[in-house]
Amino acid sequence: MDQGVAITGMGIISAIGNNVAENYASLIHEKKGISRIQKIDTIHRDEIMVGEIPVSNDEFIAQLGLPQDNNYSRTGMLGVLAAQEALKDARIENIDAYRTGLVSATSVGGMDMTEKYYYDYFTNAECQKYIIAHHAGDSTQKIADHLGINNQLVTTISTACSSAANAIMLGARLIKSGKLDRVLVGGSDCLSKFTINGFKTLMILSDTYNTPFDEHRKGLNLGEAAAFLVLESDHVVKAENKNVLAYVKGYGNANDAYHQTASSENGEGATLAMQQALKVAGLNPKDIDYINAHGTATGNNDLSEGRAFINVFGDEVPDFSSTKAYTGHTLAAAGAIEAVYSVLALQNNIIFPNLNFKTPMKEFNLIPQTKAKQKELKHVLSNSLGFGGNCSTLIFSKNA
Amino acid sequence: MKPVYIHSVASISAQNTVDETAFLDDLVFYEDNVLPAIDPNYKDFIPPAAARRMAKGIKMGVVASKLALNQAGIDKPDAIITGTGLGCLRDSEKFVSAILDNNEQFLTPTPFIQSTHNTVGGQIALELQCKGYNFTYVHASVSFESALLDAELQLKNNEATNILVGGVDELGDHTTELFKLIELIKTEKVSSKALLESQTKGVVYSEGANFFLLTNEKDEKCYAELIDTAIFNTLKKDNLPTAVETFLNSNKLNPEHVDLLICGHNGDVEHDDYYEVLTSGIFSDTQQAFYKHLSGEFHTASGFGFWLANKILKTQTLPEAVKLNHVKNSEFGYVLLYNQYLGENHSFTLLRKC
Repeated sequence: MDQGVAITGMGIISAIGNNVAENYASLIHEKKGISRIQKIDTIHRDEIMVGEIPVSNDEFIAQLGLPQDNNYSRTGMLGVLAAQEALKDARIENIDAYRTGLVSATSVGGMDMTEKYYYDYFTNAECQKYIIAHHAGDSTQKIADHLGINNQLVTTISTACSSAANAIMLGARLIKSGKLDRVLVGGSDCLSKFTINGFKTLMILSDTYNTPFDEHRKGLNLGEAAAFLVLESDHVVKAENKNVLAYVKGYGNANDAYHQTASSENGEGATLAMQQALKVAGLNPKDIDYINAHGTATGNNDLSEGRAFINVFGDEVPDFSSTKAYTGHTLAAAGAIEAVYSVLALQNNIIFPNLNFKTPMKEFNLIPQTKAKQKELKHVLSNSLGFGGNCSTLIFSKNA
Repeated sequence: MKPVYIHSVASISAQNTVDETAFLDDLVFYEDNVLPAIDPNYKDFIPPAAARRMAKGIKMGVVASKLALNQAGIDKPDAIITGTGLGCLRDSEKFVSAILDNNEQFLTPTPFIQSTHNTVGGQIALELQCKGYNFTYVHASVSFESALLDAELQLKNNEATNILVGGVDELGDHTTELFKLIELIKTEKVSSKALLESQTKGVVYSEGANFFLLTNEKDEKCYAELIDTAIFNTLKKDNLPTAVETFLNSNKLNPEHVDLLICGHNGDVEHDDYYEVLTSGIFSDTQQAFYKHLSGEFHTASGFGFWLANKILKTQTLPEAVKLNHVKNSEFGYVLLYNQYLGENHSFTLLRKC
């Protein structure tokens, strides 16, 4: 368990761009991707805002060159696009040259098609191809198939909003322990009526732009996205003379064990996850230069996470921001989206702004970074907190 | 690296498996294509008010986890790792139907909350106040093995001492109808005793929960030692013998060391030939067993196979009903499990007597 875990490639598609370069440009130009929903017919259209990718399924099918009888869910298509970019970025041409696994994450899976054809399945044979694409592992299999990953360790994690962070964590552990030489890790989730209505019933959807860590925050905007990172062992990095973007230095997962959906007010789960990640990384709290917060802009999350910052960092909470105001909350993909943003922050020595913030929360004196800030960054910490009390922290570092 | 032991086993299935002291001595034979799991007395484990809010999968998972923890005498494991192919299907179906039937109005949050794939893992943690590592794997027929692999890594590397590992899946009425529609489920009813003679497409579908307490500290009560687990998204039939040999070799073993091969035959005429590559090939002289005629097929049915292997190793007996051939072994030292579903997501799991 003493191997380094190098990140050698990244790919992303989100409401603020179809690739890494576009996402970075939007982040530094404060260009958010939040709008009224276009592609899903919902009665809530005028009450919610979302981070929707402005590309239709038909356009994706054409872009990916899929046959007309394909049974890809939107989750699958987003995942393939992001994973392809990551592989290309890592300059991997022969996928079979090393033991290359895939760990993906999703919460929606094929639900977008299931909810569309739920009753039609019984009368329309043409749509029945999607029945078998419902389960959460299907999009992962599609990605593996598209990238030519065969005879390998391929699996999927679904722990709600921390899923992709956990996929990155498992990937790092598989590399560290020598089970794999190389692994693609990340997640994908598309928008669906299922999640829109689910979060609507929980009354945590904002009717306007989400405002992380603001006293008057009204809830989250849902988003859709996919992102993948290529993790490689020291051996592969050396043998192939790879360009390393950053390292996965620390990780921690803990359970809040407080409530099925809500986070504890004292932020215990997030505190434990951050402490565990620091321990694995062999770092002290003062070593963290920037926190990419989970910061969903719900009343509950931002309070709980903020308290957890204070638990871990005391009076010296590092610069922090949530990028959810750009992308919306992309659920199972969020941990991978924010992993890409954390690596971009390290590469460019920049802290991305927490948009839409105006009023500090009354419970504590924590003010997010609201303007892009140039600063030498060595270690970035990223949180992902989810239903079922699932709390995850990743630490990304410039050096091994 | 530390060894990994299975300290306790618990199964809720279409068979009478809840009583730990019994071992398939009161078999239930079905003539059907869908087999609901036999309900334990949930009231003995879950307060009735809480049980009413839980769908069957959650209840099965909670009870099986309690049984496994009680037997092992562990109050709070270091980690909880679950696998589920289709997650909390009943709540998912309930929420989708409500959205569609009422045009997105009059919805209540409970089915949405409980539809999340990690509901069972989260519920167990909540009840035990277990704040440790908590993962849920959702990758079709390797969901359970992914959980097993994760636990194996942590225990071998001494990152944890006690880990609760389980697989759970539940039947959902709507999904069952859809699976019949596309013949994932056999269109005809099949006798448990004649599953392999069916010669038809599809499987006999079921549900269940199989939970285990894994530890890296040996105890006289331990069922078996987990040597290794491996998963493969694809494997061609031609490559199967090499893949299994490579797996055994990586554990310094050969096919001759295997005393019992347990296969995941499910009666699907289109995919059972994967097993035959091994049963009539390199393991033709090895004693063989199968179990899905008893448990039915579902994404985490291989958890029942894992339960079976542990029982065999501890009791050193092989129930007549699971025998696949007539080769006899005096002792069961190494047991190898092989499973796949629809020709995808293959797994090898190797156990040893301890």
